[in-house]
Amino acid sequence: MSTRDDTQTGTPSDPYAATSRETTEGTVYTVTGGDWDEMVDQTAGDERIVINMGPQHPSTHGVLRLVLELSGETVTDARLVIGYLHTGIEKNCEYRTWTQGVTFVTRADYLSPIFNETAYCLSTERLLGVEVPDRAATIRVLLMEINRIGSHLVALATGGMELGALTGMTNGFREREEVLHLLEFLTGLRMNHAFVRPGGVVQDLPEGHEERIRSFVKVMRGRLPGFHKLLTGNRIWRQRLEGVGYLPLDGCLALGVTGPILRSAGLAWDLREVDPYLGYEHYDFEVPTDTAADSFARYLLRVEEMSESLKIIEQALERLEPGPVMVEDAKIAWPARLSIGADGMGNSLEHVRRIMGQSMESLIHHFKLVTEGFKVPPGQAYVPIESPRGELGAHLVSDGGTRPLRVHLRDPSFVNLQAAPAMSEGGMVSDVIAALASLDPVMGGCDR
Amino acid sequence: MSGDEKPQGTPQTPGTGAGGASGPTGASNPGTAGTAFGPQEIARRDVSGSTAGRAREGMFGIQGSGDTSGFGGLRLPGYAPAPAERPYGGWFDEVADEAAAALADDGGADLDTCVHQVTVDRGEMTWYVDREHLVRLARTLRDDPGLRFEFCSGVSGVDYGEGVPQQLHVVIHLLSMTYRRRLRLEIALDLDDARCPSLVEVYPTADWHERETWDMFGVVFEGHPSLTRILMPDDWNGHPQLKSYPLGGIPVEYHDAEIPPPDQRRAYT
Repeated sequence: MSTRDDTQTGTPSDPYAATSRETTEGTVYTVTGGDWDEMVDQTAGDERIVINMGPQHPSTHGVLRLVLELSGETVTDARLVIGYLHTGIEKNCEYRTWTQGVTFVTRADYLSPIFNETAYCLSTERLLGVEVPDRAATIRVLLMEINRIGSHLVALATGGMELGALTGMTNGFREREEVLHLLEFLTGLRMNHAFVRPGGVVQDLPEGHEERIRSFVKVMRGRLPGFHKLLTGNRIWRQRLEGVGYLPLDGCLALGVTGPILRSAGLAWDLREVDPYLGYEHYDFEVPTDTAADSFARYLLRVEEMSESLKIIEQALERLEPGPVMVEDAKIAWPARLSIGADGMGNSLEHVRRIMGQSMESLIHHFKLVTEGFKVPPGQAYVPIESPRGELGAHLVSDGGTRPLRVHLRDPSFVNLQAAPAMSEGGMVSDVIAALASLDPVMGGCDR
Repeated sequence: MSGDEKPQGTPQTPGTGAGGASGPTGASNPGTAGTAFGPQEIARRDVSGSTAGRAREGMFGIQGSGDTSGFGGLRLPGYAPAPAERPYGGWFDEVADEAAAALADDGGADLDTCVHQVTVDRGEMTWYVDREHLVRLARTLRDDPGLRFEFCSGVSGVDYGEGVPQQLHVVIHLLSMTYRRRLRLEIALDLDDARCPSLVEVYPTADWHERETWDMFGVVFEGHPSLTRILMPDDWNGHPQLKSYPLGGIPVEYHDAEIPPPDQRRAYT
């Protein structure tokens, strides 16, 4: 924070000694290493301390840096520094085809990749003016809800870890492993699936998906109540969370906060319910809300939302009728028929045989569509969806070419993090951790 | 790209939203049809003061020139979103009427002065706003009981690239939770005068969004409490999301070869 300049108060031989310098706001001490007592002696009653927390810190929920000004143990001023995971995803998309863009946006919020893909694809489809087939929409819903469970489990697990509830963490990650196994079976990858594509999904679900999903639902039905047993009634858990990170409804609206945090303040705002997309209006589910507006309410909402997701998954399985999973338009849909070959995933032999041996036009079309991509009529679109963390929207601008002119993800982590100072100032340092954990920011999505 | 050349032949009428990309430019522009090589003059609609997209040229995709191969120098005019005429349809008219009435009430500039173009495209309404009136308009949109756009989803930028008048756009997405409506405000700026009033006093959530837009596009939001970089390091030079921001190539260990930067590689559009 400061360079070691004028008044050297420590002994010159000790490189880790505290130093101090005079500023217009008083004496500023720079502390490194284990000379805390010495520093406290020097401050002599003036206990206003600015500490830096993160970006590498196990309880900042990723590479998030906090600059906290403390008076005793009370936080008087909190500032958040982000950008440590900025990877230029939005810029990269401008030099890739619309289809390739999916593989980039899926990596933004890495705990909810299916949501990133779906938001991006829904926006692309609005620009294209196409509607995905029913089966593709249902598969998207199915995958999103499975993904939502996984994401909420990580929120509980890391939140538990940050507060010292390590069994919450091990249980949360154990359950999430079920989610990842299932997603791997369904899409081929545990994360960064790139399974949802403009026009539908990349391929149909594999054989035996129904049994796997049903057994997953059964397992989760058995295990989710475990969180109530482990945490909900736990006195330490409740004392750490109740009344902590309070953010009322007007604060949420002013700061643009959405998702479980907004619902914990009493507004049943869930885009699946109020502005349905992909046929969510046909599913029967509840939007859990609370009025406590604190971290404990958000924890409860996440547990309840997982149960609701299980309900949606079961209904989606019922709705899964045979049919195409990609739009019919050959100008958009990739002609490839993927299959699992000896070398992992590749084009199916029949497809290769056809394009190589029988139809030159098919080969040209395949080549052009894959290398050049499809053209998207000029204009712009913004389609928001309800991600586990709130409103996730993709604002896409096309100039009529085969590459986006602009891709912008309105990521809920980025927006919700702005509320952290409002939630934590005036509280204790330990409550900052609880408040942050209840926001559940994912820095990959925040920084993009 | 021949950005500064004069429009030649008949100015192109952009398509109304969807389908504008595949307009047969060659056929309606006899002066340039068939001359496939060399720098092309691009018929460009005068979009000054309005909104625009980049004019494009490429190798394939031309129709109507008599060349059945499709090769012939693709030239597309810059896309300008078509202004919508009354009635806009749906709730769009209601919002416009309500906003006009609310703005008239407090005696300032009327809606037509604040908003110089309304576009309805793909079920979304966009208001192209004059920046002087942005804050007042936003406050009206937020507070008027018939409008109630109480939620700002985000503020971001779009760079339409070189050769486009007012290439830098600030895009604001508003949401009315009361009426379940979404509205997009857009402000077009010149690159050398990229200044826009800040919305933080109306929507506190715009704070980080505007910092990001400053960081990525270099738009100065006047009145912002602390306009500093947010994603890039504090001492970074330049604004990476601008189209003019240089991209790096990739050196390869073969005869001093280098893979060119992505914007200089062969492209089909």
